[in-house]
Amino acid sequence: MKADEIKAMILEVIHEIVPDEDLSDLKPDVRIRDQIEMDSMDFLDIIMELRKRYGITVPEDDYMKLSTLDSSVAYLEPLMKDI
Amino acid sequence: MKYDVLIIGAGMSGLAAGIRLAYYDKKVCILERHHRVGGLNSFYSRDGHKFDVGLHAMTNYVPKGTKSTPLPKLLRQLKIQADDFGLCQQRMSAVSFPDKTLRFNNDLNFFTQEIRDNFPKQADNFQRLLKTIAEYDALALDAKPISAREVVGSILSDPVLIDMIFCPLMYYGNAQENDMEFGQFVIMFNSIFCEGFARPQAGVRQILDVLVKKYKDCGGELRLKSEVQSIQVSNDRAESVTLDNGEVLTADKVLSSAGFVETMSLLPGYDPARFINDVGRLSFVEFIMVLDRELAGMGYNTTITFFNNSDRFDYRKPDDLLDISSGVICCPNNFHFDSPLPEAMIRVTNMANFDLWNNLEPEQYQAQKTVWLETTLNEVVKFVPDFRPNIVYTDVFTPKTIYRYTGHMNGAVYGTPNKIKTGVTHLKNLFLCGTDQGFLGIVGAMLSGISMANLHVLQKG
Repeated sequence: MKADEIKAMILEVIHEIVPDEDLSDLKPDVRIRDQIEMDSMDFLDIIMELRKRYGITVPEDDYMKLSTLDSSVAYLEPLMKDI
Repeated sequence: MKYDVLIIGAGMSGLAAGIRLAYYDKKVCILERHHRVGGLNSFYSRDGHKFDVGLHAMTNYVPKGTKSTPLPKLLRQLKIQADDFGLCQQRMSAVSFPDKTLRFNNDLNFFTQEIRDNFPKQADNFQRLLKTIAEYDALALDAKPISAREVVGSILSDPVLIDMIFCPLMYYGNAQENDMEFGQFVIMFNSIFCEGFARPQAGVRQILDVLVKKYKDCGGELRLKSEVQSIQVSNDRAESVTLDNGEVLTADKVLSSAGFVETMSLLPGYDPARFINDVGRLSFVEFIMVLDRELAGMGYNTTITFFNNSDRFDYRKPDDLLDISSGVICCPNNFHFDSPLPEAMIRVTNMANFDLWNNLEPEQYQAQKTVWLETTLNEVVKFVPDFRPNIVYTDVFTPKTIYRYTGHMNGAVYGTPNKIKTGVTHLKNLFLCGTDQGFLGIVGAMLSGISMANLHVLQKG
């Protein structure tokens, strides 16, 4: 997957977890949880969906690296290049 | 058979934990000793009448679209739609004390006005209490326990109002005698006064059916009539679990909703003396009566009445079989249902003494149920139109019944007074969820299962 595809995928996952939130104005470089109503339990589901869908395991210590859209893409790009 | 996770108990917390784990592809099995699910919130039929146990009302009701409160959070976590539970709101509930009655519904402003009308001098203090509650993070797993009596007593100055606020919160979710942990107070206050009561048309069955279906659809395995007899330990780990039929199961992790002491009692070298202060003491008797007509037809539209007939509200294990000076009257028909329930019912709950009930000879046990039914109804009809001539069927469960079906020591429905919020035990792969982890009530129990499954299994990869 390429960066823009990864970004679209993350947005789709977030939409599925919090369907009532408007994601159209999400700033890519600001913490996702500061922009929409999303708690730590919802955030965990992003990680879980990545594993369920693509078999990607994000260790607990790396959760911080998924805090913004940009940082998520940067973190996932090498892991998803062959998916 | 080797599992990722074994869950002990198919109550609300075990099922919720199971759904989370099975949804995210863990190989999970729930072991339930009873022949049906539900644990402390279950149901049964007797002589053609269908009864609920536990659930009077589901707390934490919020309208669809509300964000950031426990009910929508748990629905999201379980991937369940709000409509699946089919919750119907209460009509009106009340706290009735000798000289005062405070009514409440699912609108906090209404309750605030009731307090202003009945306790005008406390109106400002009550606003301060609301502020303190709103600012408190009750879900922090590492919070230090503080006394709710102390906190509330430093804000409100009328002891009657304080008792009236504590009464429903204690009855619906407090494991401690006389006082309450402040975090628990906040959770219960929000769940009852700020959010509110609702009930599925078909009662607790409907919630359990949704949970079981979801769990099985996700690939989870559920074994009924499978009582865990012991847990084998080696190298500080729960190595395997032995069932009462001799079958041995192994798993990477074990999540137990059986209760803290109840779980410890499954381990080798269990010494009851060590846990003597950890066993809960609070239990209840419930009288369930089928009536030949709805109470609304007699002019009684209240959903739940929390009553107290004495000077002070005592929340503790009574010295007698029952404490009839206070109690809860639930009228399951008085919710805003789409169509009337099949039968008219009333349920009366009083605090009870487990040891006294447990020590009765069988004949005396039956006789005492009858005696106390009559005694408690004499009090109850002070709050409800006299329905005694309309009773067509009565069933009673006691602390002994609760112990028999759920295994909770002392029939303590709210478990240990010393909650273990992290769910951690002295064994590396054995965790607690449910009543003794600390979130109480139906919504609390489900959140407990969810948060323990998240914390100890899913986050660990």
